[in-house]
Amino acid sequence: MANAVDLTTTFDSYVAAENRVEPKQWMPEKYRKTLVRQISQHAHSEIVGMLPEANWITRAPSLRAKLILIAKVQDEGGHGLYLYSAAETLGTSRETMVRDLLSGKAKYSSIFNYPSLTWADIGVIGWLVDGAAIANQVMLCRTSYGPYSRAMVRICKEESFHQRQGYEIVMKLARGTSDQKAMVQDALNRWWWPSIMMFGPTDDNSPNSEQSMKWRIKRKSNDQLRQEFIDKTVVHAEFLDLSIPDKDLKWDESRQSYDYGEINWDEFYRVIQGDGPCNRQRLIARNKAHNEGQWVREAATAFAAKQAAKKPANQAP
Amino acid sequence: MSDTSNWPLWEVFVRSKNGLAHKHAGSLHAPDADMALKNARDVYTRRSEGVSLWVVPSEAITASSPDEKDLLFTPADDKVYRHPTFYDIPDEVGHM
Repeated sequence: MANAVDLTTTFDSYVAAENRVEPKQWMPEKYRKTLVRQISQHAHSEIVGMLPEANWITRAPSLRAKLILIAKVQDEGGHGLYLYSAAETLGTSRETMVRDLLSGKAKYSSIFNYPSLTWADIGVIGWLVDGAAIANQVMLCRTSYGPYSRAMVRICKEESFHQRQGYEIVMKLARGTSDQKAMVQDALNRWWWPSIMMFGPTDDNSPNSEQSMKWRIKRKSNDQLRQEFIDKTVVHAEFLDLSIPDKDLKWDESRQSYDYGEINWDEFYRVIQGDGPCNRQRLIARNKAHNEGQWVREAATAFAAKQAAKKPANQAP
Repeated sequence: MSDTSNWPLWEVFVRSKNGLAHKHAGSLHAPDADMALKNARDVYTRRSEGVSLWVVPSEAITASSPDEKDLLFTPADDKVYRHPTFYDIPDEVGHM
C-alpha cells in the first residue's frame, strides 16, 4: 500500500491539474480540516447573517420591501443548509457544527457583528456585504472540493438578487430627499471599512492562504479579491454621487486600479476575537432561537414516530 | 441536541421539467420521508427549479468506491469501436 507521502504527492498533482475531489476520495487530513473549518464558518456566517437583516423585517417601509427582505433572509437560511450539508460530506456532524456556533467556539464572518441601525443599512448590506460575499463565492464556484463547489454555484445564482435588491434600496434613498441621501451616506460610511475587511488579512499576513491556493480551495488571494471589489464598487458609488469614506482612495493609472487607505486591522482582530459591537447579542439571539425551536424539533420527531406507527407493518419502509 | 441527531440524511433529486430526469440537488436532515419532501420543497425549489421531487435516504445508496474507478471504468476506454465516429462512411451515402 502506498504511504502517506506518496498519496499526498499524487493528491497535490491531481488538484493542481484542475481535477475535482469528491467525498469518498482519499485526501490529506489537513485538506479535510481546512475545508471543514472554512465551509462550516461559511455556513455559520449565512445563519448569523440573517440577524442584522431580520431586525428590519417588521419595519420595512412597504409591503414590497418586506416581501423581498423575507425572501432574502429565507435564502440565507437555505445557503447555510447547503453549506452544512457540504461540510457533512467531510465527516463532521450537523450537531457538532451547530453546537460550536452556539457555544461561541466557531467563528463566522466578522461583518455580522456590526449593527443595522437604519433602513439604509439594509440597502448598503445588500450592496456591499453581499457584493463582497459574491466576489468570494464566485471564486469558490471553482473550488477543488466538489460538494462545496456545487453548493457555491447554487448560492451564487441566488445571491445576485441580494446585491441588486440592496443597490435598489440605496438608489432610491440616494435619489430621495436630502435626509434620505444623508441616511444612505451615513450607512455607507459605517459599512465601507468592515466590508473591505471581509476579504480577510492582507496576503503577507494570511499564513494559510498559500496552501489553500495550492490545493485550489481558494483561487484568488485576499488582496486580489479586495482590489477587484473596490474597483467595481467605486463605480457604483460614483453613479449615485455617494462618497466612499476613504481619503486615500484614488485611481492609479499604472495599475488600472484604485489605491486605498490603510485598513484598521486592530479593529478586525478585535471583532473576530469577540469584542465587536454585536458579538454577544448575536450569540444570545442564536441561542434563544435554537432553544425556542426545541419544541418544533421534538414535535417533528414525535409526529414522524406516530405516522410510522400508523402504517401497517407490510408497508413500513 | 439529542432530539435531532437521529434524524436521517436524505438526498434530494429535482426534476426541472417533465421530459427531463431527476437530478441530484443536495441533501437535508428530516425525521421522515414526508417532512424530508416538505423541507426539500422549501430548500431546493424556491425559484421554480422543479416540477417533481424525490427524497431518498442517503444510507439506501450504494456507491462505487473511488479506489475501483480504474477497475470499473477504464476497460471502456480502449473500445472506441463502440462509438459511431469510429466508422468511416463516405459522404455520398448521406446521413446515417
